[in-house]
Amino acid sequence: MNATLLAAGLVIGSAILLSWPLGRYMAWALEPATAGAGRAKLDLWFARIAGAAGRASQDWKRYAFAMLAFNAVAFAFCFVVLALQQHLPLNPDGKAALEGSLVFHTAASFVTNTNLQHYAGEVSLSYFSQLVALMWLQFVSAATGIAALAALARGLAGEASMGNFFMDLQRAAFLVLLPLALLVATLMVLGGTPMTVDGAAEATTLEGARQVIARGPVAAFVAIKQLGTNGGGFFGPNSAHPFENPNFWTNALGMVAILLVPMASVWMFGRVVGNMRHARVVFGVMLLLLVLKLAGAAWFEGAPTAALADLPVAQDAGNLEGKELRFGVAGVSLWPVLTTATSNGSVNAMHDSLNPMTGLVAMTGMWLNATFGGAGVGMINMFVYVVLAVFLAGMMVGRTPEYLNRRVEEREVKLAALTLLAHGAFVLVGTAVFAATAWGQGTVGNGGPHGFSEILYEFSSASANNGSGFEGLADTTVPWNVATGIVMLLMRFIPIILPLAMAGSLSAKRRTAPSEGTLSIEDGTFAAMLIGTILFLGALTFLPAAALGPIAEHFMFMR
Amino acid sequence: MSARTPLMTRQVFLASLGATFAKLDPRVQARNPVMFVVWVASVVTTIMGLCAALGVVEDAGRPGFVLAIAAWLWLTALFASFAEAVAEGRGKAQAASLRAMRRQVQAKLLPGRDHKEVRIVESSALERGQLFLAEAGDIIPVDGEVVEGVASVNESAVTGESAPVLREAGGDFSSVTGGTRVLSDWLVVRVTSQEGEGFLDRMIAMVEGAKRRKTPNEIALSILLAMLTLVFLLVTVTLLPFSRYAVLSHGDGQVVSLTLLVALLVCLIPTTIGALLSAIGIAGMDRMIRANVIATSGRAVEASGDVDVLLLDKTGTITLGDRQAAAFHAAPGVSEADLADVAQLASLADETPEGRSVVVLAKQRFQLRGRDLANVPHHFHKFSAHTRMSGVDVDGRCLRKGAADAIRDFVRQGGGTWPEAMGVLVDNIARTGATPIVVADGARVLGAIELRDVVKRGIRERFAELRRMGIRTIMVTGDNRLTAAAIAAEAGVDDFLAEATPEAKLALIRRHQADGRLVAMCGDGTNDAPALAQADVAVAMNTGTQAAKEAGNMVDLDSNPTKLMEIVGIGKQLIMTRGALTTFSLANDIAKYFAVLPAMFAGLYAGQGQAGPLEAMDVMRLHSPESAVLSAVIFNALIIVALIPLALKGVAYRPVGAASVLRRNLLVFGLGGIIAPFVGIKLIDVVLAGLHLV
Repeated sequence: MNATLLAAGLVIGSAILLSWPLGRYMAWALEPATAGAGRAKLDLWFARIAGAAGRASQDWKRYAFAMLAFNAVAFAFCFVVLALQQHLPLNPDGKAALEGSLVFHTAASFVTNTNLQHYAGEVSLSYFSQLVALMWLQFVSAATGIAALAALARGLAGEASMGNFFMDLQRAAFLVLLPLALLVATLMVLGGTPMTVDGAAEATTLEGARQVIARGPVAAFVAIKQLGTNGGGFFGPNSAHPFENPNFWTNALGMVAILLVPMASVWMFGRVVGNMRHARVVFGVMLLLLVLKLAGAAWFEGAPTAALADLPVAQDAGNLEGKELRFGVAGVSLWPVLTTATSNGSVNAMHDSLNPMTGLVAMTGMWLNATFGGAGVGMINMFVYVVLAVFLAGMMVGRTPEYLNRRVEEREVKLAALTLLAHGAFVLVGTAVFAATAWGQGTVGNGGPHGFSEILYEFSSASANNGSGFEGLADTTVPWNVATGIVMLLMRFIPIILPLAMAGSLSAKRRTAPSEGTLSIEDGTFAAMLIGTILFLGALTFLPAAALGPIAEHFMFMR
Repeated sequence: MSARTPLMTRQVFLASLGATFAKLDPRVQARNPVMFVVWVASVVTTIMGLCAALGVVEDAGRPGFVLAIAAWLWLTALFASFAEAVAEGRGKAQAASLRAMRRQVQAKLLPGRDHKEVRIVESSALERGQLFLAEAGDIIPVDGEVVEGVASVNESAVTGESAPVLREAGGDFSSVTGGTRVLSDWLVVRVTSQEGEGFLDRMIAMVEGAKRRKTPNEIALSILLAMLTLVFLLVTVTLLPFSRYAVLSHGDGQVVSLTLLVALLVCLIPTTIGALLSAIGIAGMDRMIRANVIATSGRAVEASGDVDVLLLDKTGTITLGDRQAAAFHAAPGVSEADLADVAQLASLADETPEGRSVVVLAKQRFQLRGRDLANVPHHFHKFSAHTRMSGVDVDGRCLRKGAADAIRDFVRQGGGTWPEAMGVLVDNIARTGATPIVVADGARVLGAIELRDVVKRGIRERFAELRRMGIRTIMVTGDNRLTAAAIAAEAGVDDFLAEATPEAKLALIRRHQADGRLVAMCGDGTNDAPALAQADVAVAMNTGTQAAKEAGNMVDLDSNPTKLMEIVGIGKQLIMTRGALTTFSLANDIAKYFAVLPAMFAGLYAGQGQAGPLEAMDVMRLHSPESAVLSAVIFNALIIVALIPLALKGVAYRPVGAASVLRRNLLVFGLGGIIAPFVGIKLIDVVLAGLHLV
C-alpha cells in the first residue's frame, strides 16, 4: 500500500512537473503567431509540404472536413497495407494474409487512436505492417487529436479562423510527438527494449527444445504507443511482455509517458484560450478524479482475489492474479487506472483478473474519458463537460450562462448534450445488442456478471477510443470486429466535430464583458460544480450497467 | 393591483384544478418532452396493471402494485399540469380584475375635422388614427395620444396610484391609457392602438400564458432536459436485455419487469424541473407585473437578469428631484442673518419648490417667519427666463435673487460693484455640485444661497449592492461636469454622463454594448426614444410619450425610475430558479438509483432461496423491493408539489457577487438535492410499511 502510494506520487508528480514545460512548448509549436521568427521558418517548411491545402485559413467546417478527408485517406492506406501484407517487404517471418473484418477493425482501431487489438502482433503482423501502417498512424492519430484541440482553443479564444488542419497536423507530429518519441524510445532501448528489423530469434533450450523468440523494432513502437495515448502493443501481451516493458524502470517511464501529453494538452489549451487560471481549475479537477480512481484501485486491489480467499496462503499481498511481479504490486495497480483514464489502453496486467471493483475503476476511466483522456481529445471531452457545468452554474448565478466571454445558448447546449448522449448510447446499446444475442453470449469467457463485464468493457473501450481489452472475450469474430470498428470510427469523430461546431458557434458571438456578476470559471466553487457535472452526467448513466457487472460480482464475492 | 396578493387563493386553486385535467391532453403534453414521457409511462403502466389484474400478462408484477405505480405516475403528470395551471391561474386572476374595468365603454368619436360632430360608438369600433373626445367623468376607451386639451386623469386602475395625473397635448405627458377615467376638463385623443392591442390587453395576454413564447435560455434548458430524458431512456431500455442476459447466464432469476423499468425511467428523467419549467417562466412574468411593470416579451424579462450597466437619470432616481436651499453664504461684511432675511423676503412670492425651501431654511436657521407683506406697498418680480431673477420691491428696496451673472449685471446697473470674493464663493459652491443663487439688496451684494440637489436616502447602499452584483451604474444628467461629478461622488455611482444630450446617451449605450455589456435604461420623453430603442432593457415610464413607450421593451406603470433595479432582480431570480431546480432535479437521481436499482435487481444472480448480491446496494434498508420502488415514485411526484411555491416565488435572491450566490445555491440545491430524497424516500417507505400498504 505504501509502496503503491509512493510510486503513484512519483509517477504523477513527475508527469505534472514535465507537463508544464511541455504544455508551454506545445503552445509554441501549435500557435506560431505568438512565437518568434525562428518558429516562423519551421512553418515555411510545413507550408511547403502541405502545398496549397496548407495555405487556406479554415473555419470549423472546413477544418473538420480537412480532418475527415485526411483520416479517410489514412484509413484507406492502412487498410491496403494490412490487406496486402503478405506481398509487401519487411516480412522476415512470412506473416500470412489477414481476415477481412480484422483488417477493417485494425485500420479503424489505429486511425482512431484506439488501438483495440483483435490480433497478436507477433503472430499476425509483418514488420512492415507494424511500422508503416500502424506506427505511422500512432503518430498521426495522436497529432490529429492535438490539432483538433488547438483548433477548438483558437475558436474559443475568439479567433475568426480555426487555423489549418494540415499545418497543425505537421506541427503536432514533427514538433511535438516525433522528438518526444525519439527521446522515450532511446530510454526504452537503454532499459532493455529490443530495436531490430531482424526476424524472430531461435534458441535451443536446456532440454534441447527449439524456441522461437519474437522480436522486432519494438522500442520505436512502444514509445509512441505510450506518448500518443495509443496503447496498441507490438506484442499480444502488450506492456506485460518483457520486450515491451522489461523492468520496473521502463514501467515507470511508460506511466509518465502515458500521462504526459494528455496533461500538457490542458496547459496548451489554457495558453491558447488565454486563461491559465481556468486551465488550472480544469487540470485540478482531472487530477482529483484521477487520484480518486487510483485510491479506489489501490484499495480494491489490496484485497486478495476471491479464488484464493479460503486457501491457506498469505492473504496480505493483495490480488496477484494476472500480474507481472517484476513491476512490483505498485507498478501494476497504477497502470490500469492511468491507461483507462487517458484513453491509452496499453496493459501490463490481465484486466480480466483485476478484482471486480478495480475493473469498475478502469471502466469509469473510459466512461468519463476526460480525466486527462486522450492526446488533445481528452481536453476536448472535458470542454463538453465544462460547457454543461457552465450552463447549469451560470443559471444558478442568475444570468444567461457565459463561457470565456461568449454566451452559452441553445446550440451549444444541444451539441454538448449530443456528444454526451453519443458515448452513453454506443456503450449501452452496443452492450445490449451483444448481451442479447449469440454475438456476445457465445464469446464470453466467463458466466455471470463477469461475462457481462467483458462485453461492457469491450464496448466502453471502443467507444472511449481506449483500446485496452478486458480479455477473456473471444473477440476475433466478425460481429465483434465490425461492431467495435464502427463504434470506434463514429466515437472518434463525433466527439471532435461536435465540439468544434460548438467552438465555431461560440466564436461567432458577440463578446460579453466579465463582471462581478459573471460566473467565475477560475475558482474552487466552479471546480466543485464541474466535478458534480462530470459525475452526474458522465457516470450516473452507467451505474445500472455497472451494477449488473462489476458491482454484482463484487457482492457475490463478498458473500 | 399593487396590493400583495397571496401565493394561492381559493379561487385560483379551484380554477387551476379544472385546467389541470384539461392539460392532460397528449397534444398539450407533447410540448414538454419530459412530461410527455411521464404521460406515456402512465398509460403503459395503467394498461399493464389492468392486464395483470385480468391475468393477461404474468410477469408485470402484482396487479395492486402495478396499479399503484400507475396511479402515482398519473399524479406526477397531474402535479406538473397543476403547477403550470396555478402559475397561469394567478395570472388569470390578475387579468380578470383588469378585464373588469376593460368592459365595453362608449366612446365619443369625432368624425369631422372641425370636432363639432360627436358620434357615440362602442369602444371596439374605434380604429387607429381616429380621434375621440373624453370629458370629465368619461372612461378613456382605448390607448391614445392627446392632441388637444388638458385634463386631470385618474390612472389608479392601471397604476394603483390614486393621485390624479395631468395629461395634455404635446410634451411628455401626452399619452393616455384605456380604462382610466378623466376627472376634469376634456381631451381630444388620437387612437394609437386598437381594441385588443392596448397595454391592458398585452398585460392580460402575458399573464394568461396564452401568448407566452419560450425564451432563449428556457429553450436551451428544454433541450438539455430532452437530451437527458433520451439518455435515461437508453439507460432503462438497455436494462431489459442486460437483465435477460443475467438470467440466461446464471440459469435462474427474474428478468426486470416493464413496470419497474417504467418506474425507474420516470424517477431518473428530470421530472421536477420538467414539471416546473413553464410555471417558473410564467411566475417570472407575473412577478414583473406585480412590480407594475409590463414587459412586451418574456425575452425582455430574461435579458434584464443579464444587465451589466444601468443608465439612471439623476433627477427623480438618484436625487429627490428638487433642489433645496442648504446653506447661506454671506458676502464679506454681511451677517448671515441679514442675508437670510433678504433671501426670505425675495423668495416669498416664489412658489417653486426651490423658493419655498429658501423660506423654510431661513425659518429653521434664524427663526425668521414668513412676513405678511399685505400691509406694506410692494411689488413682486416673478422669475422669467429673460431676467433669470426674481424678487420684490418693498420700502424702496429692490431685493433680488438669481443666477450669479444676472445679479452681477443687476448690481452693476445699479452702480454697485461685484466683489471679487463673490466670484470665488460662487465657483466654490458650483464645484461641490450645488447651485449658487446670489442675493442682492439694490446695488449691494449680500451673499449666496446654496441650492443643493438632495441625494435620496439609501441610494448609495443600493448602488453598492449593484456593484457587488457586478452591475455598473451610470448617472445621466443635463448638469455641467462639475455639478455632475459632485453628485456622482455623493451618490456613489460608478460613472456619469454630464450635459447629456440624446445623442450622447445613444453613443454611451453603443459604446458599452460594443464592449460586450448589456445596458438598461429608463426614459419618458420622445427624445429618449432612440436611446430606449438601442438599450437592451428599456423601461418607458407610463407617464411618458407614446414614442418612448413604443421604443422600450417594458413599461413601468408607476413611472418610477428606481424600478430598474427591481427589474434586474426579477430577471436574475427567474434564471436562478431554473438553474437551482435543474440542479436539484439531477442531484435527486442518486438516491433514486439507490432505492430502485437494488429492488429491481434483487432477483438476479440469487442463490437458492437467497436474495441477489445487489441487495447490498440497498443502503436505505427499505422495507421491501415493492415498497422501495413505490416510495421513489411517490417521492418523485410529491417533490413537484412541494416545490411549486418555490417555483412561483423564485429562489431567495440576495444582491451579492456571483461566487457566493453559486456557493449558496450549490449547497442548498446541489447538496440538498442529494440528501433530501434519501430522507424523503426512507420516510415514505416507513409510512407505507407502517400502514401495511406494501
